[in-house]
Amino acid sequence: MARKLLFENINVPGIHTLEVYRQHGGYRSVEKALKTMTPEAVVEEVKTSGLRGRGGAGFPTGMKWSFLAKPEGKERYLVCNGDESEPGTFKDRYLMTHIPHLLIEGMIVASYALGAKTSYIYVRGEMMPQIRILERAIAEAKNAGLLGKNILGSGYDLELYVQPGGGAYICGEETALIESLEGKRGNPRIKPPFPAISGLYACPTVVNNVETIAAVVPIINDGGEEYAKFGVGRSTGTKLISASGNLKKPGVYEIELGLPVEEFIYSEEYCGGIANGKRLKAVVAGGSSVPILPANLILNTINGQPRLMTYESLSDGGFQTGTMLGSGGFIAFDEDQCIVRNTWNFSRFYHHESCGQCSPCREGTGWMEKVLHRLEYGHGKMSDIDLLVDVSKKIEGNTICPLGDAAAWPVASAIRHFRDEFEWHVNNPKEAMERNYGLAKYADPLPKLEEVASQN
Amino acid sequence: MLSVTEHKEIEFSSDLIKQFDEIVSRYPQGKQKSALLPVLHLVQAEYGWVSPEAMDKVAAYLQINPIEVYEVATFYTMFFLRPQGKYVLEVCRTGPCCLVGAEKIMNHIEKTLGVKEGEVTPDGKFSWRGVECLAACGMAPVLQIGPEYTFYENLTEESVDKLIENLKNKI
Ligand code: FES
Repeated sequence: MARKLLFENINVPGIHTLEVYRQHGGYRSVEKALKTMTPEAVVEEVKTSGLRGRGGAGFPTGMKWSFLAKPEGKERYLVCNGDESEPGTFKDRYLMTHIPHLLIEGMIVASYALGAKTSYIYVRGEMMPQIRILERAIAEAKNAGLLGKNILGSGYDLELYVQPGGGAYICGEETALIESLEGKRGNPRIKPPFPAISGLYACPTVVNNVETIAAVVPIINDGGEEYAKFGVGRSTGTKLISASGNLKKPGVYEIELGLPVEEFIYSEEYCGGIANGKRLKAVVAGGSSVPILPANLILNTINGQPRLMTYESLSDGGFQTGTMLGSGGFIAFDEDQCIVRNTWNFSRFYHHESCGQCSPCREGTGWMEKVLHRLEYGHGKMSDIDLLVDVSKKIEGNTICPLGDAAAWPVASAIRHFRDEFEWHVNNPKEAMERNYGLAKYADPLPKLEEVASQN
Repeated sequence: MLSVTEHKEIEFSSDLIKQFDEIVSRYPQGKQKSALLPVLHLVQAEYGWVSPEAMDKVAAYLQINPIEVYEVATFYTMFFLRPQGKYVLEVCRTGPCCLVGAEKIMNHIEKTLGVKEGEVTPDGKFSWRGVECLAACGMAPVLQIGPEYTFYENLTEESVDKLIENLKNKI
């Protein structure tokens, strides 16, 4: 069993309560940080750990923290991003449900490091049960003197609140999240200024993902250097992976970064292979926004190296033959799945979720949805395929926030790797309505896969 | 769309106002607009939807312009701008859920309830709609029911039947 840093105790009965959580070493990092470390030392420790933002962007957390402006007489804020809406991603829900105090503990330490006196956890509105869980846990922590005035006699004060969203994917983008927290539509802001200078209520603000904040706890407990011993290269530590789609054992897994993708999919410790004895066709490795890869390219890089679950290995080959770790939303497609249909589905999602500020995204996502719809429903033309590529190129890079890119990449990559399937839809509209294209050459050559298949 | 039906005055209960007050206290002085989303959630939980009258009241309570409430209520998909069934079944329709049969579940719900997406059953008890990824893709297919957003996972046609049956028998 691989060692875990966040979920070591997740199966302990009652771990969601303060009492049990503390019995298992909970809130040690608060004692250590507030009583024996300066805020600067906490930031340094996080820098040393090499922790990178777990929400999708992968930006070094310590560096993000050190950018926070500290003007005299102005409040500073820490806002936790629990908006979790990237299709394929459900790790934060899992963490908040089962071990809410881990997030609260991380919030206290991180707020201390940043000098925030009021912090917010922004949770998507649909997670009302999780909001209740967090509020209960916050009340427990406050009763125990871990929140509020003069925490553990350290002289440090912190109030922590949970804020519900309203069901808008875009609020996962940090400036949209800030707008939403201010009671406005979730329209991303033009940057600069960055939130580190002018964020919530025009004050310096750091926005971090739930998992990022939780990772601060083991970093402070064991030291940044210890944390950095996990993982490989610049991908340090562990990562929560949300595994979904046609897998035998979908769910949330904490992996050490560097785990081979093949092991993650096929080993019994993790996903246990493809469900129903089927074969793997494709994978979206980091949430719906990242490029989709056919089975052969997700298991091995173009140079024949085994693909690893790291920021670097997954993006090996650039967008031509690689993808991204993103938020860790790992979606597996079996041989029966239709790539055209899924691409249409994702396009509908981005069209639905575009905030509408930038024309390329507002209009382009709608066009892509329409064109993909007609391809899927047997009215497509051959020229539609290049039209899609063209539209996606004109969205990419031309919008205020990354939603435009996120909408463009899945379409561009699906056509890049599965063009024959799109063409087949055009040439065989009737047949395409009745059956799916199947595996074609995508699964070859996959010796390990055959092995697994023969065992079943 | 905002539905502009006849204007009915409403009055928030003192209990509701107390909850609003507590929410407003979470933000710095003068930043009470931050309470807008949580307040709208409470309003919807109370009335089943957010009517234009309720929005005007919220604006007055938060001392902001009504338009500031309208623009927010119309932006966020969780807020219902017209009356719904007592139970709104919200089924995830996004990619990962569709890989394991969400579309079949939606068709089944449509057939069972006998109403199209967004419509209310004649007895006023149910409506349903497809929603985007609910961050539960590993337990797909899934649906949720407000106002507490209770979650139902790994749906099958049978489990949906049971759920609807149970809700029908609830008063
Ligand atoms: S796709 Fe349905 S919950 Fe994520």
